Amino acid sequence: MLYRTAGQFKTSYRADQALFPLRQDAILLGVILALAWVVFPLTASEFAYQTLLIPVLIYALAALGLNLLTGYAGQLSLGTGAFMGVGAYACYKLITLFPELNLVVAVLLSGLFSAGVGVLFGLPSLRIKGFYLAIATLAAQFFLVWLFEKWGWLYNDNASGAIQVPNVEMFGIWVAGPLATSTAQYYFVLGIVTFLTVVAINLTRGAAGRTWKAVRDMDIAAELIGINLMKAKLHAFAVSSYIVGVAGALFVFMWRGAAEPNLFDIDLSFRVLFIAIIGGLGSILGNYLGAILIVALPVLLNTVPDLFGIAIKSATVEHVNVIIVGCLIILFLILEPHGLARLWQLVREKLILWPFPH
Amino acid sequence: MELLQRILVRPFAEMFGAPDFLMQVIWEGLVSGILYALIALGFVLIFRASRIFNFAQGIMVVFAALTLVGLHAMGLPAWVAFAGTLAVMFGLAVAIERLVLRPLIGQPDIVLFMATIGITLILVGSGEIIFGGENKVMIARELGIPSGSVELNPFGGFMLLEARDITVVAGAVAMVLGLLAFLNYSRMGRAIRALGDDHQAAVSVGISLSAIWVLVWFVAGIIALMTGIAWGSRAGVSFALEIIALKALPVLMLGGLESITGAIVGGLLIGVLEKLFEIYWGQPLLGGSTEAWFAYVLALIVLLFRPQGLFGERIIERV
Repeated sequence: MLYRTAGQFKTSYRADQALFPLRQDAILLGVILALAWVVFPLTASEFAYQTLLIPVLIYALAALGLNLLTGYAGQLSLGTGAFMGVGAYACYKLITLFPELNLVVAVLLSGLFSAGVGVLFGLPSLRIKGFYLAIATLAAQFFLVWLFEKWGWLYNDNASGAIQVPNVEMFGIWVAGPLATSTAQYYFVLGIVTFLTVVAINLTRGAAGRTWKAVRDMDIAAELIGINLMKAKLHAFAVSSYIVGVAGALFVFMWRGAAEPNLFDIDLSFRVLFIAIIGGLGSILGNYLGAILIVALPVLLNTVPDLFGIAIKSATVEHVNVIIVGCLIILFLILEPHGLARLWQLVREKLILWPFPH
Repeated sequence: MELLQRILVRPFAEMFGAPDFLMQVIWEGLVSGILYALIALGFVLIFRASRIFNFAQGIMVVFAALTLVGLHAMGLPAWVAFAGTLAVMFGLAVAIERLVLRPLIGQPDIVLFMATIGITLILVGSGEIIFGGENKVMIARELGIPSGSVELNPFGGFMLLEARDITVVAGAVAMVLGLLAFLNYSRMGRAIRALGDDHQAAVSVGISLSAIWVLVWFVAGIIALMTGIAWGSRAGVSFALEIIALKALPVLMLGGLESITGAIVGGLLIGVLEKLFEIYWGQPLLGGSTEAWFAYVLALIVLLFRPQGLFGERIIERV
């Protein structure tokens, strides 16, 4: 009933391929955007900002970057955490070398560095495929984290070996560092995430996305119909690492406030990969759904038993959380290999047909 | 010039200047290489029989070692604990086959790979809850692994071999020979190889897919237990082992995913080379702990020239 499509006629191919073929989709997105831009900031507490809103957005962006590579171009990567690290360290260097640089510019520039590193480690994908490639990306993961630790120039040779986010001002408001308010940081993250999501949606709808999908579905066939595999794969690696790098810069500057090399270790790579899998490979929406689930799960596990007066040690909660995520992954793969995004698709189809089953 | 001399000349001068130390380094590399090879063997076995890239092999090593130590801590004698651990690993194999693999038959490889990541998480979480995350001591003495060391004097120098390392090497060799005999001469072993060669043909001549899958996962579990004992007696039992176990992945890349020979040769090669690189190049020139990435980068470079690994099957692609 809510999703009735009657009366929405498409008279041209263009209209059929539009971003929102259904009016209801556009309205729904409008509601979500209004929630994110107006309602949440008015109502959210400090706790909600720091444990839910900001991390969900950042993880969703990182997963989006990975999803372009793995879900759209079919190249499995296990090095996401390290590429986030490249973005974070690049942003840190930019901000400390050029303190007057606008932070938005710095964050968007730092993605370029991780895109460059991503292309470099993407080169083997031209010769190596499938699992071999996945392990090859582990080389990036371990080498880069080692580099973050050993290359003193990256963290300005400070004694702790960690990077500390300085106070950064933008248009008279503190947006990063200890002085920044959560609201300012939330808007900063939201702005960049919204922008990059729009870019990603249009990329995947356009020629680039179709090329990637052709490579994913069968690369030899794609080559035979005239797709330049090298260009397509490296392009995917570059775009994906760019977005992942920006997510990494936001991760440290807008959320963690400080970072040491092992923050970017393989656990982070896997966390982002799980978000992409549970959310749904080859979907944009899925990254958000997956991020909400993965970020909210430990929060729920921490708070819900308390409401019922059951006290669980926080270490146990963490381990139960790990087990549940593991079970969820297997369950999703068995029941719905296309993830949460596919579930939403099914619900939407049901809503369109409702109340008639056929 | 100075730098080139430090990279190309000095390390070799050091090697020939102190051959006894070089031999010690190679021995250390061989021992850890054998352990990498053992973990890689578990991967290869499962990959050949089911085309599943089993990411959980590393955590199975940790889990087996934890179970063994945990059962012994409950007061069971060492050999009973050993048998109990084998029973647990068998139960695990059955559970994995029944609950995870069977519903996923016929899915793309990548889905099965991700399912094994899920298994990894479940094992990590439950291992931490049941046994606790702190470092434990492997019950090496109770299992009859000797301690102490043997001194050798090659080239008039001095070399120290730990008795437990010698035991580990001997045990690993025995196990590999046993495994090869099992795969080549026993009925079940041949069934495993048949499945690896051609799934459908194997099923059509009456080989039971699920029984063989349980079997390979159980054998991989036994290998995991052995690896856990060997490694645990060197470095203690903790979840840090899981990261070390990931080293088996570049070993696999180097050796090729299907090849048992490849796993062994790759393991030894990586074990020795990463030790040599760390001692002669990594520590003086790069600030150390290059062992974290050397294996991966080496495998990556080899793969650029041989995409199927040193011993892998040639990849032939058709549209």
